[in-house]
Amino acid sequence: MTTATSIGKAVRRHEDPRLISGNATYIDDVKLLGMAHAAIVRSPHAHANILNVDVTGAANSPGVVAAFTGADVQEQLGSLPAGWVLADMKTPNHPPIAFEKVRYVGDAVAVVVAETPQAAADAASLVEVDYDVLPAVVNAEEAVKDGAPQLHDDAPNNIDFEWEVGGGDYDAAAAEAEVVVKQRMINQRLIPNPIEERGVVADYNRATDQITLWTSTQIPHLVRLLFAAVTGHPEQKVRVIAPEVGGGFGCKLYIYAEEVICGVIAKLLARPVKWISGRQEGYQATTHGRDHIADVEMCGNRDGTITGIKTTVYANLGAYLSTFAPGIPTVLFGFTLGGPYRMPNVACKVYGVLTNTTPVDAYRGAGRPECTYVIERLVDIFSKETGHDPTEVRRKNFIPKFTDGHEVSTGVTYDSGDYEPALDRALEMLDYGAFREEQRKARSEGRLIGVGLSSYVEICGIAPSAVAASLGAGAGLWESSTVRVHPTGKVAVYTGTSPHGQGHQTSFMQITSSELGVPFEDVEVFHGDTDKQQMGTGTFGSRSVAVGGTALYMSLQKVIDKAKRIAAHQMGVPLQQVSYESGTFYVEDIRERNMSWGDVVGEAYSAKNLPPEMEPGLEAVTFFDPQNFTWPFGTHIAVLEIDQDTGESKVLRYIAVDDVGNVVNPMIVDGMVHGGVAQGIGQGLQEQAVYSEDGQLLSGSMMDYALPTAEDVPTFELDRTVTPTDVNPMGVKGAGETGTIACSPAIVNAAVDALSHLGVRHVDMPLTAEKMWRTIRDAKAAQSD
Amino acid sequence: MTTSIAAPFKYHSPDTVEEASGLLSRYGGAARLLAGGHSLLPLMKLRLASPEALIDLGGIDGLSGIREDGDELHIGSMTTYAEIARSGLVAERAPALAEAAAEVADTPVRNAGTIGGSLAHSDPAGDLPAVVLALGATLVASTAGGSRTIGADGFFTDFMATALGSDEVLTEIRVPGGGSGSAYAKLANKASHYAVVGVAAAVSVEGGVCTSARIGITGAGPHAVRSPQAESALVGSTPTAAAISSASQLGGAELAGQFNEDIHASAEYREAMVKVFTERALTAAFARAGG
Amino acid sequence: MGHEISVTVNGNSYTNVVEPRQLLSQYLRDELNLTGTHVGCDTTSCGACTVLIDGRAVKSCNVLAVQASGADVTTVEGLADGDEYHPIQKAFWNEHGLQCGFCTPGMMITAVDILSNNPQPTEAEIRTGLRGNLCRCTGYHNIVKAVQAAAAEMAG
Repeated sequence: MTTATSIGKAVRRHEDPRLISGNATYIDDVKLLGMAHAAIVRSPHAHANILNVDVTGAANSPGVVAAFTGADVQEQLGSLPAGWVLADMKTPNHPPIAFEKVRYVGDAVAVVVAETPQAAADAASLVEVDYDVLPAVVNAEEAVKDGAPQLHDDAPNNIDFEWEVGGGDYDAAAAEAEVVVKQRMINQRLIPNPIEERGVVADYNRATDQITLWTSTQIPHLVRLLFAAVTGHPEQKVRVIAPEVGGGFGCKLYIYAEEVICGVIAKLLARPVKWISGRQEGYQATTHGRDHIADVEMCGNRDGTITGIKTTVYANLGAYLSTFAPGIPTVLFGFTLGGPYRMPNVACKVYGVLTNTTPVDAYRGAGRPECTYVIERLVDIFSKETGHDPTEVRRKNFIPKFTDGHEVSTGVTYDSGDYEPALDRALEMLDYGAFREEQRKARSEGRLIGVGLSSYVEICGIAPSAVAASLGAGAGLWESSTVRVHPTGKVAVYTGTSPHGQGHQTSFMQITSSELGVPFEDVEVFHGDTDKQQMGTGTFGSRSVAVGGTALYMSLQKVIDKAKRIAAHQMGVPLQQVSYESGTFYVEDIRERNMSWGDVVGEAYSAKNLPPEMEPGLEAVTFFDPQNFTWPFGTHIAVLEIDQDTGESKVLRYIAVDDVGNVVNPMIVDGMVHGGVAQGIGQGLQEQAVYSEDGQLLSGSMMDYALPTAEDVPTFELDRTVTPTDVNPMGVKGAGETGTIACSPAIVNAAVDALSHLGVRHVDMPLTAEKMWRTIRDAKAAQSD
Repeated sequence: MTTSIAAPFKYHSPDTVEEASGLLSRYGGAARLLAGGHSLLPLMKLRLASPEALIDLGGIDGLSGIREDGDELHIGSMTTYAEIARSGLVAERAPALAEAAAEVADTPVRNAGTIGGSLAHSDPAGDLPAVVLALGATLVASTAGGSRTIGADGFFTDFMATALGSDEVLTEIRVPGGGSGSAYAKLANKASHYAVVGVAAAVSVEGGVCTSARIGITGAGPHAVRSPQAESALVGSTPTAAAISSASQLGGAELAGQFNEDIHASAEYREAMVKVFTERALTAAFARAGG
Repeated sequence: MGHEISVTVNGNSYTNVVEPRQLLSQYLRDELNLTGTHVGCDTTSCGACTVLIDGRAVKSCNVLAVQASGADVTTVEGLADGDEYHPIQKAFWNEHGLQCGFCTPGMMITAVDILSNNPQPTEAEIRTGLRGNLCRCTGYHNIVKAVQAAAAEMAG
């Protein structure tokens, strides 16, 4: 029976009352009795030997509890690990507090703990550090050159790894091809910018030797595991709680220095310790994303057939390896370089490079936006070169519809796909023919407008553990669920996913209510506390509903199966004759012989008449490990106008047609697309982390890093096609990242389209006003020559 | 290190301008006046400024409000951007000021930030300095000993520096009457909404001929400046589109070699944009002047 | 040195002694435990800390608590009338105007200010009015819809 809260319905979120009333508890709202406050002293230099750190003045400052240098606590703090290990990769030591050398502006050098945040800040300014400043390098391509400053002794030429993937024979294909287009493309460094910065509260219970960490994270269970691994504190005595988390977008997906520092110091001092990042502090100390320098090419024939793609990428990893860093520019970048196209020949080489910058790791999309950007920009350049309409080149090269798997040349198997209808629908929403007419008219009036397409396939539903492990993942990427039916019939769901805005409580309540037939409001979903949900992986990679939701779905089936056996026993009929629907167990064909949900649950717990050898209770646990990734796809279209006097760009329309398989809550899925697209527009038009040559972060605050505002984005036009997956029983693919993955190439394609009559072929992101002004000026000058 | 907690300071909330001025004298340059706080407090939170004391002007009566005085518009220094942007009087008498005030930062900032704070801070990318230059405003500076007036032309002396004496409090901004059309046009920084380049223009037209033109430019150089070469090119001419365009090519000519350069815009781009926005501001101003 | 301040917050009167450098945001969060007002930056950029001071939206991370002495402050906790949500709260819920919720209190407060000055704003006016409040989750799409819905409800 379908209800207003069933799977597929736009249900108002269960989370929202606490959020709109100011009653939610975010990390900075956690207050413990006797809590002290930590301030971290950070390096102002990008690269320097530490000659001396003197915390005496700080330790004597009013209100100070303790002050530590890196050397004071190096044994307790250990080294932060890389959780993704590629073949022949270097794993440089990463002390949470540097004690020999600092390698980026923001590297921690001391920590001061005081009674108030004010006293901590005052004392931190008294810490004296003597540095022997060294030359720095911030650009990945420069860093691998002979003579470049060396960050780590065990990574010669700053190369952390060289990684390759491919299929077919690109060089042979290019030799035979009628057309080869080549381009250098910069995918600029971004700062993820959840509106809540990071923070940690650590507490130590001397009686039980338990450390409790509240931390603003996407992965409480992995933080527990990694905290134990780094500090040696027994994992079973570490409890990690992700409170309400104010956004993540990938940058809260790691074990961070401050988590280790606060946990260890709380134990040393035997009192709670809190650290809350300021925004500028976070810009230095929280991971960045993207930062690729890529030489890319595509080959094919004059008729518009694409035969191959090749990329050579210098991926900037920053000064140390963040937890998942090695996996992002490699596995999540290279395997889908064929996109939604028949791409028989793929060649991908990636250099992972260490530089004197903030570590780089996943940012929404994580490798897949960089991949889609390369493909979709190249498809447009190739279309121009071969004289075909970009819509037709895409259509001509799409992999035809498939429902039971399609192996691509890089060796991965897409689950299901039907790419043309999404393109068709997007073009219909735009009215492509009318747009081209409008564009001609606009040009005749001296206005610059353009349209850009982006058709994409993404790897989501991360991940089949064995596959991920073979590619370097250091932990299984399954997800777990527990469904606990209480004796009153109310249902508690515990999930290992850890939402930070995605509305898992609502979606999982819908799944539970739909499957069990119990009222929506009789379900409560718990997440983010490792003492409640014992095992889990977390929320990233558009995995939570596809993997975590499936784990929940499977637990629900186990609960129903057991309840049916109880009902069959009670009603004295064979199990196969019992059906369950909307809260009633009944004997097939004899509806009047039935038991209610509440009665069966009551029997499960009273345990007075259960089937022989059945355990009492009604509870199920599932660890779900998918057999494949999921592969959502779609087509996005951007329409852009460029002011030729100033170079300012404005997005006039944005159309997104996504196929994420079946959908649990369309309102939530649409919201995810909106947010991702806005981030993609941000990358396309205005966001960039800028370093000076000596490693100072010039875009060091929100005054200089241009996040999109409400003024910078249009109202979005969305639709979906639905191609379910068979990777999981609900047929869901995951929806968190389509926006960032699809959007930025659509923006740049639109800008280049707007300027194509001036001979412009490529512009690197972000399309700032000045850059576009120069591009237009130079193109006009070249035309008049 | 990074912090968002200001260093400790003493706080005073005087009841009169005289008292505030006396406090300024007493601290001998180590104290700062606090108006809306929206320029100063961010610097203090980052410990880029650590004054010994803040002297809050918020408790002094009579520093806020907009009124007509004969031909002039008198605006109290503690009047917020929002009050100026909403004022019918300002919209009618000094549209450039209304436009600029409405373009400052954002809704909550405009509710707290003040015209006096903006002018006294002389941020090179602040919007209002360009406007008071174009409007030929007079600024009133007061001490315990009395008041003096400073012409806008002589007020902005250097990067974040003004002609205000160390014990002077900016109390009022007087906008003269007589100007017949003014406008403000701005290329905003996408991150901060400060002006990458902002240009205010005020013009008068009689019998189809431009009789006066004043142009104020912000964002482009170390402090807001006028653009006399462009102004001269207009006075005495018929303000056709071609004449405006031609004069605009002189916009900011006086800043040659001094254009700001940062991660948001090169000097070359700023130089070009001053011309573009000079033309936009002039075009709108002449349209209002009925020219 | 402490200064005594008296502030009305959400209809309740408070008198406290505060350090001059204490920000209004810190005062609300730390002294009054009204933690619905969030702090998302150090530069008056993000607007998460926006509250109403004497009826006008202001970023409370950029106001000293001492400056607010004598003022009437409304935070997100004071938007509702008892159990009845303010129309802006209802609209944010109904229109899915929030995801992680961190920017939401400040965003709603600024929206209240916008609607108090301009009860029937255009989409462009809403977008411009909200540019000092950053949201990283929603792309602003449903926030704009929520402000429109609240405007419609408040117009009756």
